[in-house]
Amino acid sequence: MARIEFENLAHSYKTNPQQPSDYALQKIELTWRDGGAYALLGPSGCGKTTLLNIISGLVRPSQGRVLFDGRDMTDLPTEKRNIAQVFQFPVIYDTMSVFDNLAFPLRNRGMNETDTRKRVLEIAELLELSSDLKIRASGLSADIKQKISLGRGLVRSDVAAILFDEPLTVIDPNLKWLLRSKLKQIHQQLKLTLIYVTHDQIEALTFADSVVVMYDGAIVQVGTPQELFERPKHTFVGYFIGSPGMNLLDCTLEHDNAVVDGQHIKLEAGLAAKITTSGGELKIGIRPEFLGYAQEAQTNAINAQIERVDDLGNYKIATAKLGTQTLKLKLEEDAQISSGAGWLVFPPERLMLYQNGRVVE
Amino acid sequence: MTLTLEHISKNVGADTHLYDLSLNLEPGLNVLLGPTQAGKTSIMRIMAGLDKPTLGRLLIDGRDMTGVAVQKRSVAFVYQQFVNYPSFTVFDNIASPLRLKGSSQDEIKQQVQSVAEMMHIDHLLDRLPAALSGGQQQRTAIARALVKQADLLLLDEPLVNLDYKLREELRAEMLEIFTRRNSVVVYATTEPLEALMLGGVTSVMDAGRLLQTGSTLEVYHRPLNVRVAEVFSDPPMNLIPAQVQNGSNGLSAKLSSGIEFSLPEHMRLLAPGAYKFGIRANHAKLTPSGSSINLPAKVELADISGSETYVHASSHDLRMVVQLTGVHSFGLHQEITVALEPSRLFAFDGGGVLQASPNRNSSVPAKVVA
Repeated sequence: MARIEFENLAHSYKTNPQQPSDYALQKIELTWRDGGAYALLGPSGCGKTTLLNIISGLVRPSQGRVLFDGRDMTDLPTEKRNIAQVFQFPVIYDTMSVFDNLAFPLRNRGMNETDTRKRVLEIAELLELSSDLKIRASGLSADIKQKISLGRGLVRSDVAAILFDEPLTVIDPNLKWLLRSKLKQIHQQLKLTLIYVTHDQIEALTFADSVVVMYDGAIVQVGTPQELFERPKHTFVGYFIGSPGMNLLDCTLEHDNAVVDGQHIKLEAGLAAKITTSGGELKIGIRPEFLGYAQEAQTNAINAQIERVDDLGNYKIATAKLGTQTLKLKLEEDAQISSGAGWLVFPPERLMLYQNGRVVE
Repeated sequence: MTLTLEHISKNVGADTHLYDLSLNLEPGLNVLLGPTQAGKTSIMRIMAGLDKPTLGRLLIDGRDMTGVAVQKRSVAFVYQQFVNYPSFTVFDNIASPLRLKGSSQDEIKQQVQSVAEMMHIDHLLDRLPAALSGGQQQRTAIARALVKQADLLLLDEPLVNLDYKLREELRAEMLEIFTRRNSVVVYATTEPLEALMLGGVTSVMDAGRLLQTGSTLEVYHRPLNVRVAEVFSDPPMNLIPAQVQNGSNGLSAKLSSGIEFSLPEHMRLLAPGAYKFGIRANHAKLTPSGSSINLPAKVELADISGSETYVHASSHDLRMVVQLTGVHSFGLHQEITVALEPSRLFAFDGGGVLQASPNRNSSVPAKVVA
C-alpha cells in the first residue's frame, strides 16, 4: 500500500487550455494517506472519474505530478502502477470457478500455490464466498459476481491502492448495507488504501473515514462525515449532504450580525471580522436540524412566516419565509407548530457564513 | 372520476400475481407502497387497461370498464425507465399525445410550452432525448403524461433511477402539480419515506396482496399487522419477542434476555400471552431515561445518510437499529445501550395482528430535533 500525492495537479481535455472553464479538473494539491479509507463524492460531471483515471494512469494530467510514496508516477502507464480496480459491473472469468477467479491476480504475479490458497481462503471468508469456491462463476447472480469482483480487487496485498468505481450499482438495494458494512470491516482488517468513487452520499459517508467532495472540477472539501454535516466548507457541501440540505440565505453584514430581510441574526463573535476582501456574494447557512422554532417572541428570535408544515410521521418539516427567502426546519414528530407567524432561533455556533460559496472561518 | 377495483385477481401461468384485491380510488394522490414483487405494477397495468384481470371487475364512475382497451380510456403512465421517442425532440415527445388527439397547432404549442415550464425543461425543447441528463429525460416523460390531462395518472416508481438530490426536487415539484389537478393519481413506490412525503392515501401491498388502505399517516401510525409495519418502515421496525404475564404489580412483559418491565398505559388491555413488541428506529435511543427499557448491545455498523445515522447493533439474540439525528461515528463492536421508551411500543399478537399502538395525542412544545 502507498501514500498517493497530487502535486499542483490540473487537467484539461483541450490541447491549449486558456481559462479556468477549459479545465475538467481545477488545480489540486492532495495527499491520500497510506491505509486510508477515502470516498470521492460528487454529482455526475463533477470530475471524479477524471481524477480516478489520473490515479490509475488512464489519463495523464496536463499539469502537475502524481507521486506514490514519493516516487513520480505521472508518466507510467496503468500496468506499471500496481493499482487494483473494481468497476460498476462484474468483471470476472465466467468459465472459471470462483476460487480460480479470486486466485487469478495472485497466480498472474507468480505467487506460489500455498500462499495463493491461503490468501484466497482469507478473502473468500471475509466476503462470505467460502461455500461458493468450487462453483463455476457463469451461473451465479449479479450480486455474487460483483462480490467476486470485489474479492479480485482485494486479494493482492502488494498493490499501491484499490479503486472502487460505484461498486454497489448492481447490488440489490436490500443487500447494499450488508456489503457496505463488509467493505468497512475489510478495510479495518486489511488496512488497504481504498478510494471509493460514488455519487451516493450514504455509501460515501458510511464507508469512508475521509470524504473528498468534488463540485464543478474542484475539490470543495476533504473531511470526516461529521465535518461535512456540521461544518460544510462550501455551500455545495451544505446543499448536497443532508436531506433536506442546508438553508442558505443571502445576507449583508452589520457588526457581528447577518442582516436578512432587515432583521439581525447574531453570528459568532468575531466571525464577520474575518472577511478580509470586500464584495462577492455573502450567505449564511444553517441546517434544518439546527434551526430552532418558538411560538412567541424571545431574545434573538427572528420573526418569520411559517408557510406550511409537513408531517412525515417520524418528524415534521416546516417551510418558513423570511422576506422572499425560503427556509426549512426539521422538527420532532410531536412538535406543536402551525402555519402563520412564528419565530426562528439561529444558534450562533451552528450558523455558518459563506463568501462566494466558501466558508468564512 | 372514481376508480373501483372489485375482487381483482391475476394469474400468469401457474403464478398468482394478485389475490382478490378490492380498492376504491378517488381524485387526489393514491400511493401504492410495497417491496418489489408486491404486485404494484400488475395492478397499475390493470388500472390502465394494459392487462385484463383473471377475475374481478374494474369500474369507472360505476361503469364496468374491465375489458375496455387502453386507447379508449383517459389514462397516462410514467415508468421507472425513462421512456421517450429517441428520434423526437423534447417538444415533439411532449406534443405526441396532443397530435394523436388532433389538437390544433396553436393549442399544441401553447400546452407544450406551459407544461415544459412547469417541469423546468422549456429551454430544452429542441434537444433529442439522448442529449439530456437522466433527470431531464424523466422530466420529459412526466411532461408528456401531464399534457394529456388524463383522468387517471399512473406513476410507477418514477424517481427510482435518479440521484437523491434530483429526487427531492422533482418530488416536490410533482406534488405541487398533482394538488392542482383533479385526476386520480396513483404513485407506486418501495420507499416508506417517499410515501410519507407524498401524503394522501396509502395502500400497502405485499406479495400480491393488499394489506391495508387508509390515510398515509393513519397507516403509518396504526399498521394493522406486523407485515404492514415492516413494509412501512425504513430503517426496519425493531421487533422484540415478549411474554405478557400477570404479576403482583399488574401486567408485565418479559423479554427473552430476561428483562422485565410493567406495561405502559396504552398496553394495559393486552391479554397474557406471546407478543412481538415493535419500536421504530427513531424511537430507539442511546441514552437511557428513568422510564426506558435498556438493552446492552454491540455496534455492527453505522450507516450514515448525511442527516441521520442508523446504528445497526446486536443485543442478545436481537438485531436492532437506532436512528440518530446528525452524523456520529462508532467503532466496530463498540458497546452501547439501546434505550426503548415503553410508551413508543407497538404490540403485535402471536398471529402478527396489531393489539396496541402508541398514543398519538401527546403535546410536546416544538423544539429542535438535534
